Amino acid sequence: MVGPNGAGKTTLLRVISGLIRPRVGTLRYGGEDLTTVPPHELPALGIAHVPENRRLFPHLTVEENLKVGAYAKRARPHFAARRDHVYTLFPRLKERRHQLAGTLSGGEQQMCAIGRALMSGPRILLLDEPSAGLAPIVVRQVFELVRHIRQEGLTVLIVEQNVAQVLRVVDRAYVLETGRVAAEGSAAALAADPAIRRSYLGVH
Amino acid sequence: MDPFLLEALLNGVLLGGVFALPVLGLNLVFGVVDVIWLCYAELVMVGMYTVWFLHTQAGWPLGLAFAVCLPAIAVLGLLLHLLVVRPLLGRPPINQVLATGGVLFVLQGSATLVFSTDFRSLGVEMPPMEMGEVFVSGTKLAAFVAALLGAAALWAFLKFTYVGTAIRAIARDREVMPLMGVDPRRIYLIASAVGGALAGLAACLLVVQLDMHPFVGLSFGPITFMICVMGGLGNMLGGFLAAFLMGLIVSTGGFWWNTEMSYVVAFLFFILVIFLRPRGLFAR
Ligand SMILES: Nc1ncnc2c1ncn2[C@@H]1O[C@H](COP(=O)(O)OP(=O)(O)OP(=O)(O)O)[C@@H](O)[C@H]1O
Ligand SMILES: [Mg+2]
Repeated sequence: MVGPNGAGKTTLLRVISGLIRPRVGTLRYGGEDLTTVPPHELPALGIAHVPENRRLFPHLTVEENLKVGAYAKRARPHFAARRDHVYTLFPRLKERRHQLAGTLSGGEQQMCAIGRALMSGPRILLLDEPSAGLAPIVVRQVFELVRHIRQEGLTVLIVEQNVAQVLRVVDRAYVLETGRVAAEGSAAALAADPAIRRSYLGVH
Repeated sequence: MDPFLLEALLNGVLLGGVFALPVLGLNLVFGVVDVIWLCYAELVMVGMYTVWFLHTQAGWPLGLAFAVCLPAIAVLGLLLHLLVVRPLLGRPPINQVLATGGVLFVLQGSATLVFSTDFRSLGVEMPPMEMGEVFVSGTKLAAFVAALLGAAALWAFLKFTYVGTAIRAIARDREVMPLMGVDPRRIYLIASAVGGALAGLAACLLVVQLDMHPFVGLSFGPITFMICVMGGLGNMLGGFLAAFLMGLIVSTGGFWWNTEMSYVVAFLFFILVIFLRPRGLFAR
């Protein structure tokens, strides 16, 4: 999902993960209306949200952050297996597992935030601008990771400012403008659309 | 070294151990719920009367009275949260200060009605222990060991359990907790019960050392709040260390001057700290 600043991208993700309740409308997931489910029960239903600016617990260690991500009763028995899986995805996190999350580099913090979200064993992963504030090399790693996570069978809904790069790793794209879907389609179709190219890809 | 000074230092450490429990309890509740329980010392007072009543009036063995006091005050902490604090969450902090301050007077008044203002004591004393040149009260030593065990249990709970880790996390970022599958309201309840249990344990350790009356909370409540502020409100480790510092100041102050003077020194030290390090001795 792409769109200008203030379009409501973060707001939409927050509605999906229950942090905000919609005043009107419904939110369906597998036939169930999520707007009546308490937000803390959503991770158990398979929805995980990596919020804007990561929101790690800086005073906890990397591994403790992962542990909080596995808080839900149904996630606890899988803690060790999922943690090891996260460590194979991000070997750097394993090296730094006893380090305070606040002392990690920006890229490592993003890895830790994604790892924390994976600890609940989600089916849908919401990522809010995961590449924000990262060096170009690290940005590429983040998109590689999105590709990899998708191959594992997860559905990823990613909000991005790096439009050109994100269109290369997703199937479908939506353009959100002032709270409305202004355009949608396959990533390839949107990447070829002249209006999108002009507004979001910097092509004149 | 002068054996009397040595004894004062030793007593300071023992006193610090007993201060530490209510300090940890207050900090825990403040860190998680963001509310200061002004009536904390009065929860301890209720616990002291509970032990006294069960042991001297109902004739229960002391150990059993202790074992009941802990969960009883934990439930009291839970009720305090459910009935007084929860309805006021999200309001300006002055509301919660006034409400828990009101509970303080209700508890003092109720204790006066039920038990009168007479001084009561448990009349339990363990023989003093001789350590080299100095004598230490066996009761104080046992209370100190129990306080350390309580603090260690709290540390292990916060460090190793899922709930404990969530408690440490929520103290920093409330809003994202539902994304982790954590219901903040449940964590508030648990923290309040644990805060109450710590008051209950403190009651068990104080009831063997102090004569009790409905206003006994005044003899350690204010100093508990001072220690919390000195250690940095919500900072568990800071509060723990500040408790020992305060214990040493009070106790050695009594050695250099006299007991009344030692509290004056403690207050002066507190004021100095607030001027020099308003966010606590250990703030980074
Ligand atoms: N559907 C909506 N109805 C009313 N207000 C909305 C709606 N969606 C978003 N807003 C408001 O618009 C503002 C910006 O929203 P939001 O933070 O979601 O934008 P964003 O697309 O994530 O922007 P950025 O790219 O800067 O992160 C917020 O104040 C939000 O409350
Ligand atoms: Mg946003």
